[in-house]
Amino acid sequence: MRVGIPKEIRPGERRVAATPDTVKTLIELGFTVHIESGAGLEANFFDAAYQEAGATIAQVAEIWGESDLVLKVEPPSNEEAGSIKEGGHLISFIWPGENEGLLDTLKGRGVTCIAMENVPRITRAQKMDARSSMDNIRGYRAVVEAANEFGSFFTGQITAAGRVAPATVLIVGAGVAGLAALGAARGLGAVVRAFDVRAAVKDQVESLGGQFLEVTIDESGDGGGGYAKTMSADYHKAQMDLFFEQAKDVDIVITTALIPGRDAPLLWESRAVEAMKPGSVIVDIAAAKGGNCELTKPGEVYTHTNGVKIVGYEDLPSRMSTISSQLYGTNLCHLLSDMTAKGAEAYKIDLEDEVVRGAILLQDGTELPPPPKPEPTPKAEQAKESASKAAKVESPAPAKSKGHGHGGHGASDGTKQTAFSPITSIIGFLLIGIWAWLNFAYEPAPGFEAPTKFLQHLTVFALAVFVGWQVVWSVTAALHTPLMSVTNAISGIIIVGGLLQVNQQAGLVAVVLGIIAAFFATINIAGGFLVTKRMLRMFRK
Amino acid sequence: MNHLFDNLLLAGMATGPAAASVALQDSLMTVAYLVSGILFILSLRGLSSQETAGAGNTYGIVGMSIAIGATLCLATTARIDMGYMAYLAPALVIAVAIGWMMAGRVAMTAMPELVALLHSFVGLAAVLVGFATYFDQSGRHHGEVFLWEVFIDIFIGAITFTGSIIAFLKLKGSLSGKPLLLPARHMLNLGMVVGSFVLGYMFVVGTTGLYETSATGVVTVPTIEQILGSDAFLYLCILTGIASVLGIHLVAAIGGADMPVVVSMLNSYSGWTASAAGFMLGNDLLIITGALVGSSGAILSYIMCKAMNRSIWNVIFGGFGTTGGSSSSAEAVDQGPHQETDVETLAAELGGARDVVIVPGYGMAVARAQHAVHELTKQLKERNIRVRFAIHPVAGRLPGHMNVLLAEANVPYDIVLEMEDINEEFDRTDVVLVIGANDIVNPSAMDDPGCDIYGMPVCEVWNAKRTVIFKRSMGSGYAGIQNPLFFYDESRMFLGDAKDSVEKLVHALKA
Repeated sequence: MRVGIPKEIRPGERRVAATPDTVKTLIELGFTVHIESGAGLEANFFDAAYQEAGATIAQVAEIWGESDLVLKVEPPSNEEAGSIKEGGHLISFIWPGENEGLLDTLKGRGVTCIAMENVPRITRAQKMDARSSMDNIRGYRAVVEAANEFGSFFTGQITAAGRVAPATVLIVGAGVAGLAALGAARGLGAVVRAFDVRAAVKDQVESLGGQFLEVTIDESGDGGGGYAKTMSADYHKAQMDLFFEQAKDVDIVITTALIPGRDAPLLWESRAVEAMKPGSVIVDIAAAKGGNCELTKPGEVYTHTNGVKIVGYEDLPSRMSTISSQLYGTNLCHLLSDMTAKGAEAYKIDLEDEVVRGAILLQDGTELPPPPKPEPTPKAEQAKESASKAAKVESPAPAKSKGHGHGGHGASDGTKQTAFSPITSIIGFLLIGIWAWLNFAYEPAPGFEAPTKFLQHLTVFALAVFVGWQVVWSVTAALHTPLMSVTNAISGIIIVGGLLQVNQQAGLVAVVLGIIAAFFATINIAGGFLVTKRMLRMFRK
Repeated sequence: MNHLFDNLLLAGMATGPAAASVALQDSLMTVAYLVSGILFILSLRGLSSQETAGAGNTYGIVGMSIAIGATLCLATTARIDMGYMAYLAPALVIAVAIGWMMAGRVAMTAMPELVALLHSFVGLAAVLVGFATYFDQSGRHHGEVFLWEVFIDIFIGAITFTGSIIAFLKLKGSLSGKPLLLPARHMLNLGMVVGSFVLGYMFVVGTTGLYETSATGVVTVPTIEQILGSDAFLYLCILTGIASVLGIHLVAAIGGADMPVVVSMLNSYSGWTASAAGFMLGNDLLIITGALVGSSGAILSYIMCKAMNRSIWNVIFGGFGTTGGSSSSAEAVDQGPHQETDVETLAAELGGARDVVIVPGYGMAVARAQHAVHELTKQLKERNIRVRFAIHPVAGRLPGHMNVLLAEANVPYDIVLEMEDINEEFDRTDVVLVIGANDIVNPSAMDDPGCDIYGMPVCEVWNAKRTVIFKRSMGSGYAGIQNPLFFYDESRMFLGDAKDSVEKLVHALKA
């Protein structure tokens, strides 16, 4: 199977989809690799290094026309897409919403196309999550750009020539990029504050040494799946006021807020810019999506009339092309290594694979419907320390706010945060209905206990089994023991059987046995619930 | 819970059966049962995530209180006679006290034993209820279907009872953790099950013969004297004995790494027992609750087995598919010398590390070292060393056991990762500290097909630059298998009590 890596042609793009390192991995996986001459030059990878790694240097027409699989960073231009081999495969960022006509061109060529931005953000796919890799770089680079524009130290110093106060950095939006920026700014010695509408990230901010700012209005901004949602007007106003107050105080502002599928939310109003000290710097990571700051000029550094500089670069990852190429290339290798579990000759599109299904846009030129589980990817949960090494966070948001999210039977992968799936609820209601009917409307035959009664019991039994089955799939591994002990306590319901025998007509033997049974069941109930309670009390963050 | 219970009791006494019509009481009872059934469902659901777990437990308590209260106050067809309250009430109060004492005193490390012991009470209660119902003179319950239900209830109840006792003793260490593998054990199990069912059939037929049906169709159940003197009762006693032996044998045959799943499996059995009792008594609440517990326990066992790559059949029948005895060769092989390390060397190594992973095991639980480990974590973090925990699905004696202990010591749960999330990262880890774990870090599971735990996923700690194993001695772990990891070049042994060792290490780091 032949893999082709063209040079990126978008103006200013310095990244490349493979580095000598990742070429080696690709070859180990069994691919033959052809790379366009000079493709890695801007990222400091020379043709010779690629050749040494085993790649063949080729011309652009050959790359596009003859490769079975083309790996790219940026979405291809329409010309590029038009020259791809008929029925070829393409893995790249695609952003079809912003690149009109691209999908049509690809469709026309019968291309199978996987969009890196659609790799689902599940635990297993973290190593393929190119967006997190890029966000991590964005956050870091934002701090570097800010330091470049800023006229002072980040760290506080006491020198023979006087005392220098440390710079104060405010990070708006503590996602992957925000946390990476936080870490970088802390590393340079700045005092860092961070704001996010999701209170759940507070611990992550604090763990990196940041101070978490909060709005005093009580509203959770968790939109489920780790995303922020749009907030109420009151909240919005309180938030703007908070930023306005902070603007007077901070030296550097880094805004990273993005809401999926929309323009970047406006967070830093012009009044906040006006309030800032001369020489202060704003880095707007969201510039490409319109910017979080009202005065951002995408693509350039703009100095406002009051001397505040607003950095609106859209190509932050490309400014660190060596590492971003390396990380992106590694993400691609991880993806391909999953797709070729049995060697490169066995490379195939497996729609059963959650990752492939989530990321694939076109198969043989046919547009596939969105994956059955269009769960938005969590923006930033994981980035405890950095995006690429994201640690797994267990249900970071109050479960109440996402009670009806459905994640299928996620037991096979890491996402076991399923709540009630709708089908469970339906079955539950059905069960309740049947039960009510049995008890209120059904009249048992006099005399003998008819087998029909047994059948009703059986129905109830089957439904209850089903409900139990559904409910437990979603349990997180850490809670296995408490779950077991609470079900243990609940199985003490056998006490009811004992109590029902404490009855004159039943006779003395039955009564005595009943009381003993109730006695043991009660130990179980009291012990089980208390022990669960003790365990749960310890589960604090 | 006590208050609610008492209040309901008082209310029941005050109103009495005459005050409300029987129909109304029946309806009320149904509603009460319905509510408690729903609360139990909510309880299980609540327990599936950290944030809702506390509420889930409360739902369970409320549901149980309602169920008991309703049974005491509202049952019409089997009204509880207040005359017996003089015996019942103290019994229950004492039972609550015992339960609280057991649960309140137990150390978190002894949790698995307690849960197993509590399961046995459910099994015992079910057996007793089965006999009580059989001896019931009121004539409420009769018929062939009923007798089969009595048989099933007692059969599963007895298995749960004795099985849980064995599990309790094994976990407590009173019995050896090694599986007891009798020859032809599967045939033995099969024989006992078939034998029980044959006896069950004879019991049903025998008891049906004792029923007297009058001309008007009223059925008279046999008197206690009749029952005691009948062959049918003898059959019932024998089959109870067989089921008890079966329970012992089933659990005795399971050992080592499968033990955590056994507890969950017994949990499931206790649910099915309650459900069987529900069939027997015609009580929907028992059926539903039992089925909930039964199926959730079964699923939990399945999830765990899957996580460990173990066969669920192995856990149900014990020793299924293992050839038995073939693996002991590993112990005979001379592994060469192991290398020990000391506090100073280790502290220096940790000081130079950037990424540390801690793999805790049962040894940490036994030594109660979790607080010391947390202290160690803090020390390392202060030095900007990244510390994470790798939790094997069956580390400890219950799944999630390590999570519970680390949570007790206030270790933030977002640095506590599951094995599969961290396994690929060991090769980038500078130092791995294995604290009181053995089988879960045994490379034999991956490369020695003759090994008992072959095929079980393990923490691949040997990929790290340095692996330090905190261990009491060079003895083998719960599964009784030698661990070649200890003899690897990159491995260092740090022998001694886990808590002492970690504390010493913390001290050295501070210095």
